[in-house]
Amino acid sequence: MIGGLFIYNHKGEVLISRVYRDDIGRNAVDAFRVNVIHARQQVRSPVTNIARTSFFHVKRSNIWLAAVTKQNVNAAMVFEFLYKMCDVMTAYFGKISEENIKNNFVLIYELLDEILDFGYPQNSETGALKTFITQQGIKGQHQTKEEQSQITSQVTGQIGWRREGIKYRRNELFLDVLESVNLLMSPQGQVLSAHVSGRVVMKSYLSGMPECKFGMNDKIVIDKQGKGGTTDEPGKSGKQSIAIDDCTFHQCVRLSKFDSERSISFIPPDGEYELMRYRTTKDIILPFRVIPLVREVGRTKLEVKVVIKSNFKPSLLAQKIEVRIPTPLNTSGVQVICMKGKAKYKASENAIVWKIKRMAGMKESQISAEIELLPTNDKKKWARPPISMNFEVPFAPSGLKVRYLKVFESKLNYSDHDVIKWVRYIGRSGIYETRC
Amino acid sequence: MPAVSKGDGMRGLAVFISDIRNCKSKEAEIKRINKELANIRSKFKGDKALDGYSKKKYVCKLLFIFLLGHDIDFGHMEAVNLLSSNKYTEKQIGYLFISVLVNSNSELIRLINNAIKNDLSSRNPTFMCLALHCIANVGSREMAEAFAGEIPRILVAGDTMDSVKQSAALCLLRLYKTSPDLVLMGEWTSRVVHLLNDQHMGVVTAAISLITCLSQKNPDEFKTCVSLAVSRLSRIVSSASTDLQDYTYYFVPAPWLSCKLLRLLQCYPPPEDGAVKGRLVECLETILNKAQEPPKSKKVQHSNAKNAILFEAISLIIHYDSEPNLLVRACNQLGQFLQHRETNLRYLALESMCTLASSEFSHEAVKTHIETVINALKTERDVSVRQRAADLLYAMCDRSNAKQIVAEMLSYLETADYSIREEMVLKVAILAEKYAVDYSWYVDTILNLIRIAGDYVSEEVWYRVIQIVINRDDVQGYAAKTVFEALQAPACHENMVKVGGYILGEFGNLIAGDPRSSPLVQFNLLHSKFHLCSVPTRALLLSAYIKFINLFPETKSTIQEVLRSDSQIRNSDVELQQRAVEYLKLSSIASTDVLATVLEEMPPFPERESSILAKLKKKKGPGAVSVNELEEGKREGGELNGGGERGGDSSTSAVGSTPSPSADLLGLRAGPPVTAAAPSAGSLLVDVFSEAGVNDDGFLRFVCKNNGVLFENQLLQIGIKSEYRQNLGRMYLFYGNKTSVQFVTFTTTLNVQAKPVEPLIEGGAQVQQVINIECLTDFSDAPLLNIKFRYGGALQNLTLKLPVTINKFFQPTEMASHDFFQRWKQLSLPQQEAQKIFKANHAMDTEVLKAKLLGLGMALLENVDPNPENFVCAGVIQTKAQQVGSLLRLEPNAQAQMYRLTVRSSKDTVSKRLCELLAEQF
Repeated sequence: MIGGLFIYNHKGEVLISRVYRDDIGRNAVDAFRVNVIHARQQVRSPVTNIARTSFFHVKRSNIWLAAVTKQNVNAAMVFEFLYKMCDVMTAYFGKISEENIKNNFVLIYELLDEILDFGYPQNSETGALKTFITQQGIKGQHQTKEEQSQITSQVTGQIGWRREGIKYRRNELFLDVLESVNLLMSPQGQVLSAHVSGRVVMKSYLSGMPECKFGMNDKIVIDKQGKGGTTDEPGKSGKQSIAIDDCTFHQCVRLSKFDSERSISFIPPDGEYELMRYRTTKDIILPFRVIPLVREVGRTKLEVKVVIKSNFKPSLLAQKIEVRIPTPLNTSGVQVICMKGKAKYKASENAIVWKIKRMAGMKESQISAEIELLPTNDKKKWARPPISMNFEVPFAPSGLKVRYLKVFESKLNYSDHDVIKWVRYIGRSGIYETRC
Repeated sequence: MPAVSKGDGMRGLAVFISDIRNCKSKEAEIKRINKELANIRSKFKGDKALDGYSKKKYVCKLLFIFLLGHDIDFGHMEAVNLLSSNKYTEKQIGYLFISVLVNSNSELIRLINNAIKNDLSSRNPTFMCLALHCIANVGSREMAEAFAGEIPRILVAGDTMDSVKQSAALCLLRLYKTSPDLVLMGEWTSRVVHLLNDQHMGVVTAAISLITCLSQKNPDEFKTCVSLAVSRLSRIVSSASTDLQDYTYYFVPAPWLSCKLLRLLQCYPPPEDGAVKGRLVECLETILNKAQEPPKSKKVQHSNAKNAILFEAISLIIHYDSEPNLLVRACNQLGQFLQHRETNLRYLALESMCTLASSEFSHEAVKTHIETVINALKTERDVSVRQRAADLLYAMCDRSNAKQIVAEMLSYLETADYSIREEMVLKVAILAEKYAVDYSWYVDTILNLIRIAGDYVSEEVWYRVIQIVINRDDVQGYAAKTVFEALQAPACHENMVKVGGYILGEFGNLIAGDPRSSPLVQFNLLHSKFHLCSVPTRALLLSAYIKFINLFPETKSTIQEVLRSDSQIRNSDVELQQRAVEYLKLSSIASTDVLATVLEEMPPFPERESSILAKLKKKKGPGAVSVNELEEGKREGGELNGGGERGGDSSTSAVGSTPSPSADLLGLRAGPPVTAAAPSAGSLLVDVFSEAGVNDDGFLRFVCKNNGVLFENQLLQIGIKSEYRQNLGRMYLFYGNKTSVQFVTFTTTLNVQAKPVEPLIEGGAQVQQVINIECLTDFSDAPLLNIKFRYGGALQNLTLKLPVTINKFFQPTEMASHDFFQRWKQLSLPQQEAQKIFKANHAMDTEVLKAKLLGLGMALLENVDPNPENFVCAGVIQTKAQQVGSLLRLEPNAQAQMYRLTVRSSKDTVSKRLCELLAEQF
């Protein structure tokens, strides 16, 4: 189990240090700083073993979070915990930065006491935590005994993520399908690898203890129904259903039911949470196609032309498009011409960055650049790193569709129809690269 | 941050550096550097010419970026341009960039060389210095090629400025160190030597470094420097501290120059010219006197400078080793340092004393400090100083103080640092042996040694005890008694058990009279240790038991019982099991007479150099042993072992004194090893003979092949490549030196003609020798190759059979079945046939057999013999005199694993020889 948890700033100074077990000494703090943060060669592995002590670290901007243990722990669990810890901190005080951590160190220690006990992770649900760890001074006088006992029963009860007696005037539910699409494409337009990793994030404002059921166009479910003799044409259903490679759920989802019936039913936590995560690799809609054209004119000049084509319904608008064209290391000057958007040579990043605010579907746009090179006596050829791209589109590139989200609340008097539901799809770029 | 002055400072550079230093993270730093590099690239693009200042600034920035650890692949051209600038700062930055960044195979090297040449020929001393510094900093072979001719001229030219001369001398030194073959001093030699007379002290200091280095390589050419150096030294030494002005360092006149002069003198023997020598002795005396004077300053620099000269003078005195007076004085002065506050001084004093102790003049003087040194060994806090103290004790030990020193070292051993224990153990063992007057003392000492530091006692140490005990009748009884007592300790070291087992097994009878150590008591004592020991020790103990049966018949039943127990006779270790079974049988079957013969007392070991000494030398590496130590060993060895029956005369021990890693104690040809009569523990004691006589197996391997390794030991590897055509052959011998030390006077003699081989083989190098061979007539003896060389001073001698055999001159002949049998019948005279039936040495694999027969040189005839299992070959041996046709038939018998080989040829000697050669191959 986790023996201790440290938070460092970028210089390796310790901001937070919480030790849970005696086998972790003070020197562990320095060992990590010396061997990882100040290592001569950048440490790329998130797990480092130093003198039979394991350090698991994640980095958020300039802040290092490191969990330390001497035991053989489940590394995935430790990282899950670290990510959760980041989420909790973000939920409490916003961005994780040195200043925020310094300003909230009391709170962080309080949180660390609560979510880790003797190194064993405890309830780390933000909603539940916020009921008893608050930022507004001591609320002792307001809290009745009843409330306190309620907290206790909730935290120790079966449904630790939701308290009883929540009431809303308007029962509302927001559902976001957030996907990031990753691609590596050859210069000829051949897909070398592509996958989508998606998340379903929910924000629920529902009264009582509602039972929800979530349905999507999962291939297994659709096929099962198809066999049952529905009127769907086989071709159509094949196109509309998607094959999910793997998925994970929030703890509120009843996994036994998912295993047996593949239906996702749950009692949702109050507020915002991530219902599920999934990954698909088949039949991905690639929102953009990048066509690079690089021509070397002698030793001192390079001509680059890049065309991007949007490949979705014309009615939809992609946003925040950014194309990053790497330039050789001996670039001495760049001239860029583009019809749309703005393009700029950023010397500090060795790249031409081309930004377009908006772009509708089925359009194309191009940029051309002349790069002047300084002749060097180095014989090494330029490695030609891939052109990468960033964007945001209002649909799910995996093809996932929410078929239904039903809410049942037997005790209170509202039905599925009374709940106002909002569904939104956002597709973003992950690592979206085309070789040139 | 460097102060930025308005005129010359580069503001842009300062800003850039401060930006980098303010970067919060590595990423930010890389971003800033990328930006700067892009900026510099755009500036260097060449649209408009840059002025010298900005060029200098950008080159400087590039240099800074490079030193931060990033790759720089441009800007070299701009740096080279800076070289031709007239401004000092610009030129300086250009040279700086080039000496840091330009690698030798760059295309720009020609341009750079040109610029350097211009600067060298300019009259401006600062520019010349810059150029010289650049040459020295780069120091590549190319640089040496381009400038090695020019620099000596600058160095000795009359009109060169002093500062330039200094630079030139040091630059030349650097070039000489990298490529000595290119720096030819020849005509300049005498003028360089005369630089010692230069007015300017700096020039002298620089020149003396150069001369020291040069004279180490060819001392004869620079011999004249001795008298000049002496006169220079005497001028410095006799000068008052104020005379030399700038070169007086904390009241010491020119300490660096003095040290260098003294070091230069150490390259040469004492000057023969009486006047010079007198002057030098006077100088040395003055130095020793000055060291005695009260310090002129309390500053540490003053005493450091003074002591540096003193130590250098003392090493010169030791080097000369001819002035008893000075040696004794030096020793006394060092004695004062032994108790100095400064640890470094104590260390140096002990180290110098060590060498002084080996000089016959000062040995006695060193001995007077024994108490201090022993005290140092005990109380010194620094382990390296303690080590030196131990070394010194070892060096100063002789018969008079051996007992005291050994006792002190033994008592120190208990608390000694782990890193030096093994060496200490060896030293104690050697001293105890070397100066032993009374062998009971020796036995006591070594047994004590094993008791105190058993883990660090190497095999050689206890082998040696046993050798000595066996060779000396008078200590055997005492030794038996002592080990018996030592073994009674509840926990004793395994080495002790080994010694005990061996000695009691041999001489247990000498103490058996005492009821306290009756045979059964002895046996039980030994056997109580049996189960705690490792396999080799147990094997030794088993041998001791069988010897007990011989010595004391009354123990027979007890011991047989032990041998018969399952834990012995069914031991999982093959060696132990075999011994148990064999000894049991031996004891039950053999008569007492047989037993007594088989298990007779071990014969005395032949006298040889102590294996321990060899081990100590090995530990220190060849060359680290002072010659003196060897001589002393010989001198003392004569006295020591005079009483005993010495096997050989002193020359045998001299042969054995090779520091070769084989650590063979008898040399190569010292006769067969004395093996134990029984397969007893005696086999443990026999030192390994790595190669005795002529190599036969190496030779036989080459009957069927032409290339390979003929011979290999720890020093030398001999490879062979050979080719034969008709009666002619050519053989390439490759002599590879496997050590890091060179072999000198390497000669090979062959009882046939051979081209001489290079007389010197560098460490790790290989030389080649070609031998042309012509076969005049048939022969059966192979030519012998005798190899002699010196390795680390010791002569090595080696005799090898060259793998030239008659079959090498085979010419294969193809023939059909009936031809073959017709000829076979023609050669039917009894003397023409040679036949041999022999057992297979290797697995009977048809393909391997075929390959071997083909390698033999004959044609392998298919479908000739009616039995397809058999092999039939035919060939003609070509000699100058005649041709000998030969036929061969090999009949393998797979069931019996036997072969029948029949060879028929027109000459009987040939058939016989072929048959002999081949019989060993299958």
